[in-house]
Amino acid sequence: MSSSDDKPRPNSNGKPDGSRAKDPAKDPKTKKSGADLSRRSFIKGAGIASVAASAGALLADRVVEALPLPQTEGSAAGVVGPGEVPVTLRINGKMQTLKIEPRVMLLDALRNHLDLTGAKKVCDRATCGACTVHIDGRAVYSCTTLAIDVQGREITTIEGLGTAEHLSPMSEAFWNNDAQQCGFCTPGFVMACTAYLDHEPHPTREGLERSLGGNLCRCGTYMGIKDAVLEAAKSSKAKGARA
Amino acid sequence: MADYHWPPADHRALIGKRIKRIDGPQKSSGDAKYSYDINRPGMLWGKMATSPYAHAKITKIDTSAAEAMPGVKGVVTIVPEGQEVFWAGQEIVAVAADTEERAESAADAVKIEYQQLPYLVADTNPQQAGAQYTKELANNVKGNPDQAFQQAEVVSEGDYGIPVITHCCLETHGQVTEWNGDDLTVWASTQGVSDMASEYVGGLGEQGIKIAANNVHVVTQYMGGGFGSKFAADSWGIACAQLSKKTGRPVKMMLERDHELMVAGCRPSMHAHVKVGAKRDGTLVAWDSDTWGTQGPQAEGSPTLPYVLQVPNVRAKYTAVLTNIGPARAWRAPNHPQMALISNGAMEDLAAKLNMDPVDFYLKNIDLAGAHAKIYRDEFAKASELMDWKSKWHPRGQGSGTIKRGLGLSIHTWGGRGNMSNCQVVIHPDGSVETNIGSQDLGTGTRTVINIVTAETLGLPLGGVKVNLGDNKYPPAGASGGSTTVSGVSTSTRMAATAALNDLLAKVAPSLGTTPDKLEAWNGKIQVVGDPSKSIPWKQACAKLGTASVTGTGRTNNALMSSGVGGVQMSEVEVDTETGIVRMIKHVAVQDCGLVIDVKTAESQLYGASIMGICYAIYEEKIMDQATGRCLNPNMEFYKLASIADIGEIVVHMMQGPGYDERGTIGLGEPPVISPGAAISNAVANAIGVRVPELPLTPDRVLAALGKGGVA
Repeated sequence: MSSSDDKPRPNSNGKPDGSRAKDPAKDPKTKKSGADLSRRSFIKGAGIASVAASAGALLADRVVEALPLPQTEGSAAGVVGPGEVPVTLRINGKMQTLKIEPRVMLLDALRNHLDLTGAKKVCDRATCGACTVHIDGRAVYSCTTLAIDVQGREITTIEGLGTAEHLSPMSEAFWNNDAQQCGFCTPGFVMACTAYLDHEPHPTREGLERSLGGNLCRCGTYMGIKDAVLEAAKSSKAKGARA
Repeated sequence: MADYHWPPADHRALIGKRIKRIDGPQKSSGDAKYSYDINRPGMLWGKMATSPYAHAKITKIDTSAAEAMPGVKGVVTIVPEGQEVFWAGQEIVAVAADTEERAESAADAVKIEYQQLPYLVADTNPQQAGAQYTKELANNVKGNPDQAFQQAEVVSEGDYGIPVITHCCLETHGQVTEWNGDDLTVWASTQGVSDMASEYVGGLGEQGIKIAANNVHVVTQYMGGGFGSKFAADSWGIACAQLSKKTGRPVKMMLERDHELMVAGCRPSMHAHVKVGAKRDGTLVAWDSDTWGTQGPQAEGSPTLPYVLQVPNVRAKYTAVLTNIGPARAWRAPNHPQMALISNGAMEDLAAKLNMDPVDFYLKNIDLAGAHAKIYRDEFAKASELMDWKSKWHPRGQGSGTIKRGLGLSIHTWGGRGNMSNCQVVIHPDGSVETNIGSQDLGTGTRTVINIVTAETLGLPLGGVKVNLGDNKYPPAGASGGSTTVSGVSTSTRMAATAALNDLLAKVAPSLGTTPDKLEAWNGKIQVVGDPSKSIPWKQACAKLGTASVTGTGRTNNALMSSGVGGVQMSEVEVDTETGIVRMIKHVAVQDCGLVIDVKTAESQLYGASIMGICYAIYEEKIMDQATGRCLNPNMEFYKLASIADIGEIVVHMMQGPGYDERGTIGLGEPPVISPGAAISNAVANAIGVRVPELPLTPDRVLAALGKGGVA
């Protein structure tokens, strides 16, 4: 059986704290959770109330922020779904209200309902990082984050960092170092690397290797990505700069 | 090459330089729209119900519950009742619904009954598989191997193998389809935009939907990885178009990740028992290999062993094992990584038995590589220098402590002749230029290369040219497989741009008081050759066209390209003999591909191929379970790929200049991915003193080879 257990591996809970751009152990919000609670297979068809109840029971050892729960007309208090409900998200500084089923993941809300397709669906279970967005400045796997769970949070997608005409410093460093081939992992990597630099403005090659293991590339662009992160760190405009 | 028309080295503004890919900003900003990203008004989502069994007859299909679910708009049966499915994950029913989640639920609600049938999914040798699953495809003899082995002074014998792996394209296979009257538009994730219409004509025809090729519009602006697995429309493409037709709405149907890993490409395994003999001085005299591999339900072709070095006396047998694991698809350099592992592994073992440094052993025998022997000599010299081989190499298994370092090498070859392509270059009176070609950019840099060649030919900066590709409305070009694209499109673009330029020069010549043959395009001007003082800026020159654009057309031109490359790679690894963990320290890839158009994207091919090679050398394996007939790791946490921390230092070098440039363009994508498996396996053998026979080089296999109780 194939194995590479020596490599850094994610916590796969996929909650907002599913970031591997930062050292999870050092973050008080990221105490380990007991289960892959936000996998869609688990949630599929379930109303949000049952999820919240299970999460409350099983995630007692971590800080889970209370989220305002939307209500379906005529439903019992605190119970929403399984039909469509209004969900309001703050994305790239703009409030967006959607009518979606509670089971819709943030990634699918972005891609399927808002045409924000920079974040990609690849592994669909918090392994590869192609879906990485920022929530309150932290890198998060949007494929395993329920959209309804991140109401009231500040969501930033790759579209919020810049455009092809006005590249963010990290995107520009990716271009300069050809840290992209097919490019399908690239937006997720740019988001993870941006969050990493926010956290660690003076990265070393060893440090970034340890911290960026939560994103995977198939074409093999890691050499360019390492150089891109170091270049972006050097570039003075990269320091804390977001478009 | 009398017809050589690439500009000479001292007259190139762009070719052979390091140029950033022109679509880099779109990709790194997330603006690039892949097929998976296409959202159309009123679009539905398609999902499929698939077989849980490796081989079964479908006895009943009931879609009524699925059809009654909210938001479900259409259902199409792919494999009807009474027919058989031949691998787990095979598509049976496709459904379309108004949201992705509802489509997924509906696919789950399709009820299918099966009668299970016998199957084989394990990577099993022919004796264990039995006659019904085996097919002997080659038993070749050259020279007199029996006699040669008797005369050999040293004979080495060993086993070498590499399991089934998959492509794991990050953008899964799939497409968006939309009908408009008789016209079908397909946003396909494909390696062959120009060939795809015929796939739909044929596939839809079998389903009773008649459509002409000129009614099928195929678009692939960006493509998230194919590696040889994305040439066909596939069952999901045809079913998607059927669902679109039935519902009257656009449908997006992309494979789920598990489905992608189960069915969308199985690289055949290859395992061999090899005997190879040489004289005491290292001269190779004889080769004998008994090779087998699992290829999926169909089997064709056979490996060419030994690889690269044409040993004079050879016996080579190959038997295919038919399995119910999903169809084999071409995987970057089909068969070559397997052949390289078997052959270069056996050669390294022989060199160790001869107490020879493998570099000396290969150089001793390099004339057996035929026409490209000189290229290999050059590449061995460069690779040895970059690896610092002579000072680092030690005989097998030496070194104290539990963590051992070792060096290994491998050589490879590939054809890479450019495929047919047609190109059109249009120069407009306002000075703007467009290049139109029905090719596609899989991430290899095709767009950039076409831009470079057009701009170089017209004496313009990169930004003076707009490249249009990824659409079958442009002149047809071959599918991107076998390292055929960049070489082919470079030549057709060169021809088309030259033809357009000649028309422009004819219009401009009178105003410079000369004839067109005395003019050249250089540095944004049309000027008299050798006399830049007599010139006219590009825009003013184009204004002389009046209101009519000029169009040049070109086809792939053999005079501008050739085929056949070498390639030498060296690896340095560290092996923990207590845990069995193999760690990459350094990998060197030295490669030729004739005239290099863009050094930067070419080097990216070397980096990428080296990393892809590290993946299959140390991590990748499609693990099949004979008890259930299913794949056990159809996901990205257990189908392992190297992460950014697993690759060590990678050093690449493209051979350029005299001896290389004049060969014209040759393909590059495949060759550098061939050698890493062998080089890394050899480095591990050099480190720990014994051969780990099978890839990937996982801790259990390493420990088993060390006699420490691994389970391999």
